[in-house]
Amino acid sequence: MFLALRELLFARGRFGLMGGVIALIAVLMVMLSGLSSGLVNDGVSGLKSMPVTSFAFDQGTKTDNAFSRSVVDEQQLAAWRGQEGVAAAGMMGVGMANATTDNGKQVDLTLFGVEPGSFLEPERSEGAALGDTDGIVVSSTAKAEGIHLGTVVTLDRIDTKLRVVGFTEGQATFGHVDVAYLPLKTWQLISSGKAAAGTPAESQLSALDFKTASVVAVQAGAGTKPDLAAGDAAAGTSSKSLSAAFNASPGYEAETMTLSMIQVFLYAICALVVGAFFTVWTIQRKHEIAILRAIGASTGYLLRDGVVQAAILLVGFTGLGVAAGVGLGAAMPDAMPFALEATPIAIATALTMGLGLIGAAVAIVRISRINPLDALGGQR
Amino acid sequence: MTASPINAAGTAPDSSQAPAALSIRNAVMELGDGDTKVTALDKVSLDVAAGEFVAIAGPSGSGKSSLLAVAGALTTPDSGTVTINGQDLSQLSKGKRAAFRLTNIGFVFQSGNLIPALTAADQLRLVNLLAGGPRSFDPHALLESVGMAHRAANRPGQLSGGERQRIGIARALVTGAKLLLVDEPTAALDRARSREVVELLARQSREHGVATVMVTHDHDVLGYCDRVLEMVDGRLAAPAAVTA
Repeated sequence: MFLALRELLFARGRFGLMGGVIALIAVLMVMLSGLSSGLVNDGVSGLKSMPVTSFAFDQGTKTDNAFSRSVVDEQQLAAWRGQEGVAAAGMMGVGMANATTDNGKQVDLTLFGVEPGSFLEPERSEGAALGDTDGIVVSSTAKAEGIHLGTVVTLDRIDTKLRVVGFTEGQATFGHVDVAYLPLKTWQLISSGKAAAGTPAESQLSALDFKTASVVAVQAGAGTKPDLAAGDAAAGTSSKSLSAAFNASPGYEAETMTLSMIQVFLYAICALVVGAFFTVWTIQRKHEIAILRAIGASTGYLLRDGVVQAAILLVGFTGLGVAAGVGLGAAMPDAMPFALEATPIAIATALTMGLGLIGAAVAIVRISRINPLDALGGQR
Repeated sequence: MTASPINAAGTAPDSSQAPAALSIRNAVMELGDGDTKVTALDKVSLDVAAGEFVAIAGPSGSGKSSLLAVAGALTTPDSGTVTINGQDLSQLSKGKRAAFRLTNIGFVFQSGNLIPALTAADQLRLVNLLAGGPRSFDPHALLESVGMAHRAANRPGQLSGGERQRIGIARALVTGAKLLLVDEPTAALDRARSREVVELLARQSREHGVATVMVTHDHDVLGYCDRVLEMVDGRLAAPAAVTA
């Protein structure tokens, strides 16, 4: 520590420049982490917030956009309800809709049709539960679009009118579009294409002969793990766990893979840049280290000193960068899908420090190859 | 200008009474391979007693540096033995040799070779720390003894060549080593500074009872030495005459 600290202070210009690069990498890390959390939330928070362990899609459904493509019927639901370890199962309809609010604003909604009162009914932050044929519970993020309790949205083309009766607890979006929960019956009416203009009437619903939905949402009993393969065989479906089902939402896989790739590159750059810096730094100190080894400093002491130096640099400037990144992230405009979450930021911080340290350590090991004999003779 | 008699090579004046601080016996060392093979040390023997100041002169490539490397436990000779303060170096592992150097040998390198990041006082503190010396260690007394107390807070970049060399000498004395090995201490100094530095070395080795071996090709400073040996083609011999 004695030498490490004094060298940090002595060569503060060089270490400051390196630290600046590390801090900027950390800022970028936080930004990417926030962006990727934000995109995930925008993409699948509607699914994440559901008390569901797996979704059963109709067999043979193409995996991307599977939610809006799949069609399941009541036999498949019944088969799933009979499976061992399944606490609850329910049909769920998923569809996209363009709509216009009563004050003329155009909005996009993802319609989630669920049985009112069932386990799929969303948690609400305000308003009433599902029940009325035209009552919808909308993601709380839709408030930013000027939607409030009592707003009537008219679905484009079919002119079906739906009324906002409640807001979900927190964000519920799917494929970057706000989710509107509505009764399964109403969803089926809209999907059937037979909906008349105006508020869906009770008579219309009871007359409807349309009994399918998009997927069967399955909730496992506490502490049990239903045999998905057996359930699929019995019901003629193909199941995905909740997190695997994220990939079946529009654009999700493409977005997360792109961001993951950038992050992986950034980690590699961090390790390489820090490694390159400490390689040059160690070469610059070659003669000095030869002197110290000739005097009798042990290799272990010199290696420890070098690693401690790198650790101080990395921890200090990564901390600085993360703090700056979090501050900057808080100032992000609402329109940007950005969410600062503690766990991914902590992981990104640890990885930046850890990989940087590995890069530095590889460079610092050079110290052990410096020959104390080089201390004799003139300075080279 | 008087020619002073010199003892036979390899024999300290009073080796019969005091045990030698440094004793090299028939050291042989060859460098390189095949056509480039050079005999750096050719059956070199040397005894240096405590408090004695020995100079080794000779042209470059004569094996002076190899002698210093062998005497300083930086490397081991191909054959022959090196004994410092009664310890046979061939019995020490590489790591043990480093620890042995730390407490038993003081090095003074060309142009001081101080650590650029450290102040004069910290140069001394670092060596004390490496050697596990007392926490209460105060570098100022040593700096005072080399006349550098007023430079304690300066880094090498702020010091002249002579000042750096004086601090290098103080650093070599931190652990109370009884053998001081000095490599061309005047290489980067003018004549007046050279004399001052070598005079300081002579005084320090007498006062502390340290055996000092100085490699140099600066004939100007040989007068301060108790004994002068000439190295030619890896062999050590007393020169015909030396100006004192």
